This record gives sequence, structure tokens and C-alpha cells, in this order.
Amino acid sequence: MQIVDPTDERVPIRRSLAKRPGAPAGSIALLDISKPRGDVLMNRLEERLKERFPGVEIRRYRKPTFARPAPEDLRRRIAEENGFVIEALAD
Amino acid sequence: MEEPRKQLPAFTLKDLGAKERSFPSRRHALLCFVKEDCPTCRLTMPLIEAAYRAFGPELDVWAIGQDAEGNAKLAASNHLDAPMLDDSALSVSFAYGIEIVPTIVLAGPDGAELRRFEGFDRADWQGLFAELARISGLAAPKVDWESYPAQRPGCGSKSVEPGVAERLEAAARGERLTARRIEIGAQDEFEFMFERGLTDGLPVVPPTPERVARMLTGTRRDPREIVAVLPPNLAPASVEKLAANAVMAGCRPEYFPVVLAAIEALATPEFNIHGVMATTWGATPVIIVNGPIRRRLGMSMGMMALGYGNRPNATIGRAVKLALRNIGGARPGDIERSTFGAIGKFTTCFAEWEERSPWEPLHVERGFGRDESVVTVFGLEAGSRQIADQHSRTAHALCASLALGLEACWHPKQHLSGEVLLVVSPEHADTIARDKWSKARVRERIQQASARPLRELLPDQECGEGIPLKALGLENPTAEQLAHRVPKFRKPEDINIIVAGGEAGKFSAIFAGWVSGPIGSISVSRRIEEVP
Repeated sequence: MQIVDPTDERVPIRRSLAKRPGAPAGSIALLDISKPRGDVLMNRLEERLKERFPGVEIRRYRKPTFARPAPEDLRRRIAEENGFVIEALAD
Repeated sequence: MEEPRKQLPAFTLKDLGAKERSFPSRRHALLCFVKEDCPTCRLTMPLIEAAYRAFGPELDVWAIGQDAEGNAKLAASNHLDAPMLDDSALSVSFAYGIEIVPTIVLAGPDGAELRRFEGFDRADWQGLFAELARISGLAAPKVDWESYPAQRPGCGSKSVEPGVAERLEAAARGERLTARRIEIGAQDEFEFMFERGLTDGLPVVPPTPERVARMLTGTRRDPREIVAVLPPNLAPASVEKLAANAVMAGCRPEYFPVVLAAIEALATPEFNIHGVMATTWGATPVIIVNGPIRRRLGMSMGMMALGYGNRPNATIGRAVKLALRNIGGARPGDIERSTFGAIGKFTTCFAEWEERSPWEPLHVERGFGRDESVVTVFGLEAGSRQIADQHSRTAHALCASLALGLEACWHPKQHLSGEVLLVVSPEHADTIARDKWSKARVRERIQQASARPLRELLPDQECGEGIPLKALGLENPTAEQLAHRVPKFRKPEDINIIVAGGEAGKFSAIFAGWVSGPIGSISVSRRIEEVP
């Protein structure tokens, strides 16, 4: 018996993880997905990161709504402007 | 006046000696469609044989038999020298549009149709023999025409028997399928579907090419047409791929246009199916069908409308979910991440009982004609809950009950919510209709009866959930602001109202919302293609 493949037929692309650097450098993006109290978590994270890595710049970003994927231009901007990104839920 | 000459389809069939015979062959051809259990065919066989013996040297004379066993019988009982071609697959009979046997078709060397007649008519055959004599330059055979009746009606062709025509149509469409085929081999096909991760946890119908082709008879759209791009994988969903998933869900071809319209609706940016599937809240596309197609498909809109036991209700919703899983890649535990899920995530689809409603049906409210068939998708909680009110006898009192029930959606202290679906039962609809209340008035009363002073909705030590003042931009509210009554819904139109359910029962049902509006999901309606 034969069946028609009901899937999209695409083979997932296997990507290996980027090499882990010993310590952060350049700038770190903090992405708040805009859930309640996400800012509380992000503020604390920023505080701790600044203490530990004084030379590193922290940039803050925010999704317009947690209920939709991050807009394309926001994702591009984060990738262009930073070497690291931390995305945080809250509630 | 001579009719334009029709080009006949080319074919290759095997004769009883397994020799392949191909049409057109650059000779004139007499194609005689017959079946053994037809007395008129049996009557005709000696004339076919006579034609072969007289004209065979100059033109092809072929009997084309419709069942393998009967073909051999016909050949033996008539001592046939004329080739008997096996069309037991009926593909040639179907392609030639044969409805009656015998049908006799005379074709030119280029494959154009010159003459065609059905059943038995002595004058037809006499005219045919004269023409064949002229074409071939050979003498017509001697026939005792008086031994033949003047006329005899034919029999129905096997290619138009119930079920067969549908299968042949499907096979013809099957040739246009382009999706990858997967060989199951000797394995149990149902287990195979589970092992491949293609099911929702219940068995599915294996989407064989023939079944998919049959599903495609439900639409006029090209199997390769891309209906939508489905998240999270942003995969193109072709008509053919959707048909495969509709087969798996158990749909009949006539349900397929509803599946296509629902997929189009939920793939719009405003519906945001990515969010509806991914949310930790147990949301799902809730599919409502309006218009004439409800009755044509036999959808449930009365007793048990929101439940189970009705094939179109169950399978249309399931087809949509299977497509989201198999094409879009939304799988539980992967991108579909609901904390609890809900049984409604298998399928949630039903029709509005428009005829039992005192109001305009949902699709008419949304600007469609009453005679149009329309599907509406809502991103709501994957399961209904019920509100009982067996005592209210006025619209005013009953709508307050509905309001209190609706206030529990999401959380009683969460006001200024978005879209919700209220399914009013016939008995409740009658109570409201007696007071001649419009839907607008029902909405107004729900907003009024569910409104609470802001102070009661603030998060506090007793109950931490509620509306944070910060969200309202009120850092230090005045007493007046705290006394302001906040409605449950941002706007009255967010309360979608339809009528469905059994005749008995003073209950209504609600589907609670998810994140609603531009920041979440907005309901979308689409017209359903009607295929007569």
C-alpha cells in the first residue's frame, strides 16, 4: 500500500550550536516578551550583568505582544546589534 | 450540417492474448464497447465479428469488453476472431464517456470521431457497413438482417455504475497528484501512521492516492494551488496536502471546501494561528459553519451540536488540526505548548441553527448573504462550559445570568476582555425573543450586569489576580475612579452570539477567549466554495 505524504516534505536543517565564548563581550540584548512583570525580571538581570561584566553593553528590547512571534525587523535588529540575547518570560 | 469532429482519447489495452493494441493506429478503427451480461451486447457480437472478417484487412475492428471474465466468455461463445480488448479497469470506457453498452464508435486514422451509436438499431448497422465498405473498398459482409430486431435498447455501462464513476473520476484526478508517495509495504497501515507521528492520538484513515484523489473531487481548485502558509514551520499548504489530511480525519469530499475555507481564514495575520497553537492557555480554532452547506452536509446544530457523534462536525475540525500538525508542524510538546490542553483540541466545529434563532445569523451580521455558506474561525478556549438558568422568565433576568457566567471567563477579576463566543440554546433564545430583544440589547445587558467597580477588580492580598492599576495608567486613583464600573468586555461586539443546541434545556454555553484583538487573535470569516 502507498500513501500520499501528508507532511510538508521538508527535511529539517540541522544546525550546530555556535561556539561558546568564555565570557560575554560587546553587547547583550535583553528581550522582554511583554508578559506581566517581565520588566521586573529584566531589570534584575541587567543589574547583575552590569555588576559581573562592567565592560559589556546591555541593550533592552520588547516584543509588542507575547501572543505573537517577534516581528521580523525586531529579530533582525537584535541580531545586527548584539552578540548575545537573553529572552525572558515572566508572570 | 456536419458536426465538428471530436478528437478521441488515445489508449493502449491488451487483447485476450495479452497483445497490446494502441489507438489511434493510423487506420480507421471501429471501437465496440460491450459487456457480457448485456443481452443487446450479445445480440451485437456476431455483427462485430462479421465487420472484422469483412473489413479487418483495411481497418481495426475491436471489441472493448468491460469485465475480464465476461470478455473471455463473449469471445468463446461467439467464436470471436476480432480482438477483444480488456477494459475491465473501465478507464477507456470512462474517458470515452460511455453510458450505454453496446456503444459503437467509428474513428478516422487520426483518431477523430466519425460516427457513434448506442444500443441496437438495425438501420445504424446497415449504414455503418455501407460506410465501412466505402472506406475500405471491400465488400460488406452478407448479413441476414431479417433475423435481427429493428431496435433493442442497450444496458448501462459498467463505468457509470454507482460508486464506479466516482472511483474513475478520482483515478483520473489522481494522475495530477504531485506529493511524495510513501510505501507502507507489508506493515499494518494504521500502526504505520502512528509510528510516523502523523496522528492526533486516534487512528487515521491512510491517505492512499485513490482516497486523496477522491477528496479532490470536492473542490474545483488545482491540487497544486497553495491555499495558505502554515506556521510554525511556515510551510506551504497545497490543496493536495490538505486533501491528504482531510482523508486522514475521515472527511467526505463534500466537506473539503469547508476545510479549505477554514484553513484560509486561520492562516490570516489577524487570526494569528501561531499564537493560538503555541500558547500555554488551552486555545484552539473554534470553527462555526453558516449558510446552506450546513444542511447539505448534515452538520449538527441542534442536540449535541457541541459534542460528538456527527461526522462533518467531528472530521472538519479534525482535518484542520491534522493539517496544522502535519503541514504546519504544530505538535503537542513541541510548538503546541498548552499547560493542560483540552479535549476540544482534537476538533471543535459545529453549525449555527439559523432557523431556530430570533436574530440574524453570524455570517449575515458579518456582511455575507444569508444564502452564502461561510466558515468563521475563533481563537478561543478549546472546550465549552455551560451556564444554567432554569428560572429566569425575562430577557432582562436571563441576560444577567449569562453575564455572570461569562464573567468567569479567564478569571472573574479579569475585565476588559476580548472576544468570546456565547452559544444560546433554543429555550434561552425563546425567553429572550419573547421580550423582542435584539442582539445589541443582549450585549448591552451583559456588559451592564457584568460590570464591577474598579476597586473590586484590583489585585490584592485576598486575591492576587485582577487588573493592575499600572495597566490602566492610574497610579493614584481617585475615589470616583475606583467606583467606576468596568465592563467585562472591552466592547459589546466582542460578545459573539449564535444559537445552537437541543430543544430541551435551559442552558447556554460559552467558549472563553484567549488574548484577543490585534495583540492576539481576531476572528475571521471566509466564504465557502460551493461545488454543485
